[in-house]
Amino acid sequence: MLSKKQARAFFLGGTLVTFLIFIGLTIYSFSKGNDQTNRENLTAEVVRGKEIWESNNCMGCHTLLGEGAYYAPELTKVVDRLNIRYDGNGETVIKSILMSPSPWQLNGRKMVAYGMTEQEASDVVAFFNWIGKIDLNGFDRVVSPLAKEKINK
Amino acid sequence: MKYKSQKVAYWFFALSMLLLVLQITYGFVMGFARIGFDNLHEFVPFNVARAVHTNLLVVWLLSGFMGAAYYIIPEEAQRELVNVKLAYVQLISLALVGVTAIVGFHFNIWEGRKFLEIPRPLDYLVVVNVLLFLGLILTTLFKGKRQTTTALVLSMGLLFAALLYLPGMLPFDSQVTDSFFRWWVVHLWVEGVWELIMGGILSFLLIKLTGVDREVIEKWLYVIVGLTFLSGVLGTGHHYYYIGVNKIWLIVGGIFSALEPLAFLAMALFAVNMYRKGEKKHPNKLALYWTLGAAILSFVGAGLLGFAHTLPQTNIYTHGTLVTAMHGHLAFWGAYGMIVLAIISYSLPNMTGRKLYDSSRGRMAFWLANVGMLGMTVAFGVAGVAQVYLERKFKMDFMLVQKEIAIHFVVLVLCASIFATGIILYIIDFYKHGKPSDEALEINE
Repeated sequence: MLSKKQARAFFLGGTLVTFLIFIGLTIYSFSKGNDQTNRENLTAEVVRGKEIWESNNCMGCHTLLGEGAYYAPELTKVVDRLNIRYDGNGETVIKSILMSPSPWQLNGRKMVAYGMTEQEASDVVAFFNWIGKIDLNGFDRVVSPLAKEKINK
Repeated sequence: MKYKSQKVAYWFFALSMLLLVLQITYGFVMGFARIGFDNLHEFVPFNVARAVHTNLLVVWLLSGFMGAAYYIIPEEAQRELVNVKLAYVQLISLALVGVTAIVGFHFNIWEGRKFLEIPRPLDYLVVVNVLLFLGLILTTLFKGKRQTTTALVLSMGLLFAALLYLPGMLPFDSQVTDSFFRWWVVHLWVEGVWELIMGGILSFLLIKLTGVDREVIEKWLYVIVGLTFLSGVLGTGHHYYYIGVNKIWLIVGGIFSALEPLAFLAMALFAVNMYRKGEKKHPNKLALYWTLGAAILSFVGAGLLGFAHTLPQTNIYTHGTLVTAMHGHLAFWGAYGMIVLAIISYSLPNMTGRKLYDSSRGRMAFWLANVGMLGMTVAFGVAGVAQVYLERKFKMDFMLVQKEIAIHFVVLVLCASIFATGIILYIIDFYKHGKPSDEALEINE
């Protein structure tokens, strides 16, 4: 029968080994050749876009990379998707929503009116474009315009 | 209650109850908004309600864990808390930081990172607060007459929880890296070190309530927390499938997160077996209800419902849908909400001297809260599965799908009302116990 000492050794040993493997895998997945985070295309615009995304807690309604609040649409491939819906004017539509002084409420759900400047809206679009080019192990296909086709036009 | 200083726990529990009520209130704001009654949008838009709801969850649970530690550690270490005044300072500063953060959310002051919305300057105050808490707890423990496994596991959980807050404060330019390390905090808290805290509290309660030999209980405690880390640490990989990191996580995350229910199953079996084995039948039936309920529902909510969408083949469709909300609600409630209510139910009569062990109000609170939460879980589940099929399989537009599933949120709000009634009854019971008193010291447990 298992003794308390053996049980403690199982806990401490198991924890140590799994933590070491976890750290090893973290280093592996960000190492050159294995990194698929689209880091090389990070521009100052994209970084500013991320800051705007965070400072307005956009994730509190939307989802991005599948993470967020499920109250407003997934934005991982939003530019491509709106390009299909608005005949190649996806970026313009996004910018006009972000710059609008009154709440956007397509289909009834209100979005906060952020009234952004042209520059800020461009930064957010650059951020979305950068997000859209990350290799997401297949999830990008689930939320891509190809998956949506044209039935929702 | 054996030591006067244990009374400080009462005020942490009272803060917990207050924050829980607020959390539920903001939950209703979100529920109604999903049905279409978004009348508060000007003052409390959805992203504010959501940030308040999730952050209050974290703070009321942490306040409950801290209260549990202030109650358990002196009793386990067999000495008074080293400094009671500083414990009150820590309580007040925790409440102030929490309230400041929540008020700030209403004025667009936040970080906008899911679960970690508290703005950076307040993060530093959280660190100071937690360091003060750990200083008090660990000094008490190591100055004490004994260092039991229960106390060590509980303290280790609290210490690691503090350490793991730090990766969430690292700044990253990349959304992917940011998200990757955010999960070090969120996942390794809720599917790692918080389980140590839960295990420690559960072990303490089982020792007190069942009378089973401490050595037996603590041996199995090691096995359970061992299983937790063995599966949970590499199980973090299930958050990495589709956020833009290497495919290796599909394999590692898939295998290890599939093992995660084992730890919860072990915890449920452990609690039920100890109860059956126990010769001592403690009169505090309500504490027993909440204790066994926590062990069983954590297996259902965190273990089974987590497993339901943890494999990469399933998760590619459920990732970013309401299926996650289904799992999240029952997991947090079963594993952490209920264990906090269990330690409160156990300690309250001991701190106040009023032994309201088995009131009908207390039993109603237990059943209504649990039935309500199970109903909410089902509503989220049905809405989530419908969303997956309509949006991800039949390719309907997000907002059209939301309209189709709005009816499930009517059910959700109804079930949430049952849940809220249970919580209100629990709080009335809490209030009826009165304030903690030194006279309770003389009353034999």
